[in-house]
Amino acid sequence: MAPSQRQIRGWLYQASVVLLLALVAIVAARNLNDNLSTRGLSLGFDFLWQQAGFGIGFSVIPFVESDTYWRVFMVGVTNTLVAAGLGIILATMLGFVIGIARLSPNWAISRLALGYVELVRNLPLLLHVLIWYNLVVRTMPVPRGAISVGGIVFFTNRGLYLPAILLSDSGVVLTALFIAVLITAVWVYVGRVHQNRTGRQLPVAATSAAILVATPLLVALAVGATFQLEVPRLQGFNFVGGSAVAPELVALVAALAIYNASFIAELVRASIESVSRGQKDAASALGLRRGQMLRLVIIPQAFRVLIPPLSNQYLHLLKASSLATVIGYPDLVNVFTGTALNQTGRAVEIVLMTMAVYLTISAAIAIASGIFNHMTRIIER
Amino acid sequence: MTMRAATTVPEFQDAPREAPLHGWMVWARRNLFPTPFDTVLNLTVAALFAWVLALVLPWVLFDATWSGDSRADCDGRGACWAFVVNRFDQFIYGFYPLDERWRVNFAIAGLALGLTALLVRGVPGKRVTGLLMLLVYPLLAFWLLKGGFLGLPEVATARWGGLMLTLVIGVSGIVLSFPLGVALALGRRSGLPVIHGFSVVFIELWRGLPMVTVLFMAIVMLPYFLPAGMKLDSLGLAVAGIVMFQSAYLAEIVRGGLQAVSKGQYEAADALGFGYWRTTFYIVLPQAIRIMIPGLVNNSISLLKDTTLVMVVGLFDLLNIVTAGSSDPDWLGTAAEGQVFVGLVFWTMCFGMSRYSQRLERSVRSRRH
Repeated sequence: MAPSQRQIRGWLYQASVVLLLALVAIVAARNLNDNLSTRGLSLGFDFLWQQAGFGIGFSVIPFVESDTYWRVFMVGVTNTLVAAGLGIILATMLGFVIGIARLSPNWAISRLALGYVELVRNLPLLLHVLIWYNLVVRTMPVPRGAISVGGIVFFTNRGLYLPAILLSDSGVVLTALFIAVLITAVWVYVGRVHQNRTGRQLPVAATSAAILVATPLLVALAVGATFQLEVPRLQGFNFVGGSAVAPELVALVAALAIYNASFIAELVRASIESVSRGQKDAASALGLRRGQMLRLVIIPQAFRVLIPPLSNQYLHLLKASSLATVIGYPDLVNVFTGTALNQTGRAVEIVLMTMAVYLTISAAIAIASGIFNHMTRIIER
Repeated sequence: MTMRAATTVPEFQDAPREAPLHGWMVWARRNLFPTPFDTVLNLTVAALFAWVLALVLPWVLFDATWSGDSRADCDGRGACWAFVVNRFDQFIYGFYPLDERWRVNFAIAGLALGLTALLVRGVPGKRVTGLLMLLVYPLLAFWLLKGGFLGLPEVATARWGGLMLTLVIGVSGIVLSFPLGVALALGRRSGLPVIHGFSVVFIELWRGLPMVTVLFMAIVMLPYFLPAGMKLDSLGLAVAGIVMFQSAYLAEIVRGGLQAVSKGQYEAADALGFGYWRTTFYIVLPQAIRIMIPGLVNNSISLLKDTTLVMVVGLFDLLNIVTAGSSDPDWLGTAAEGQVFVGLVFWTMCFGMSRYSQRLERSVRSRRH
């Protein structure tokens, strides 16, 4: 059959798009070539193995000046992940509390939550970051007059000092914990199969908790591991011991958590409201208690609605952590796209690597959310 | 719900039956004092609120200093609003020449007029005004601000700043990303594999990147791909980056709107013998736009907040110019006042827009049922 007029037009459109893209690509490539040769540069990633020669104020993985640019990149990625991870955990906790408070039958509590949401989400995130950094963290007292919480946590203008957990034989104990997690997973599965077959519940929750706590503890006792809490203490003008958190990280995480919590709160509220009233009525008709109704009927259905926008919000938070560069927290953008780029002049390579990192993480979160969606979809008969 | 009703009924009977209560008393009893626990909770929150007010109000109002030429004129007990009052013109106009500021006023007045005509219900000619604001106003405003013709002296974009720059970036971001976003959304729904594939890759690429890296890219990497010697100003580059970024988000909103138009509409258009373009522009888009207006407004809110990120590429928008102003030796120690002022301006704009979009959402919902 001869192609219709419509099909021919479709091919023409597509061919012109391909041509246009090819043209843009050719011109851009030629410009890039010209620009690089006038600057005496060439594309390549061999610069990654050169010595960086600059220090980084805060890093989760060890870093010294003589390390390579590849190491700088890794420091940037891990610092970004740490800031985003902490932000996600805190924003989720705060967001759930505020979202549920929005639905509270108590007038003042629900208004307070509404006030929080409206106040926080209508201000730019960058303003939040600057306020936390300039007006809160940097105006903290010097270490000598540190604000202490219970004598083990200290807030100072040089950052946050937390007690460090020192555990000998930590490898063995962590392996034990890992094995305990595996056993629990199997046990939960067995419990579910049992309930599906017989309609009776096994005491899964209590025994799982016992397994998770007892296994590492017993192993630690058996190998004679010692557990120690190292509390930071004042020596001279600063604290020593414990673990120190950079002031920039404190400000960044606080701003990220507080800002994103206002959005998460709205998502939580909307998802709970989306569960139809008939579901609650049906649950009470079946004789479920209020706790059971929430746990078995409302929350599973609310979660199905909540997860896609929530994962979007996590993605947003992760990307927004790049605002770190404004207050000098050494995240990927600050330390790699900023300092390393200035030092090496490798704009194209470094920007491409930065983009690759964010796109990879975005894709990972999107895929995880897709899998969850698939797992919890409504299977209709 | 039935359980709840069963537990609350006896309490209503416990309450003494008095003469009919006034509206607000019924409201107060039902909302503020339904149970002893709620009463305690409400009173605690009220006390907390009063305590915060007692802490904040003296700083903000009673002990504040409103005029002066430097930080030294403020006694330091309350807020030093003299900083904001003194620098107010700079916060609004940036470094725009003093004699030419009427042009900025004109442009802002035009924006306010157009938006009022668009947003207030009952003002006729929404479609014409909308098209004018989308197509004609931005060009006119840009020419007016830039100048260089008809005896208007040219004002380099490097001198633009403050709230005016924030609005320029915000408006151009919204206006320029709109056609691109619609095109990408249509492309993503297209049955032609090349166009569909290109749109998907383009949208997902920009959506996966942080705005900060997009701005960095526009400033440090883009020049490598342009002809040597071609100079773009940083405002142009920043706007280009923001437009790419926004159009991807917009495309997803438009796609949502397109999907909400029922299939019968397409079939009816087909039956009338309409082709793709006529179906799209006369039948589908007009209906889709009505559905997606709340989404568009929400997107504009986040765009407006994101304009503050141009600080990264060294532009002096409202937030950056105020932050820079409070590190001026004359005004050291006024960071808090500056941030509160910026916060107030952004909050007012964003809250207003979000209220408007909520109202629209309700009216769209009621129209559909």
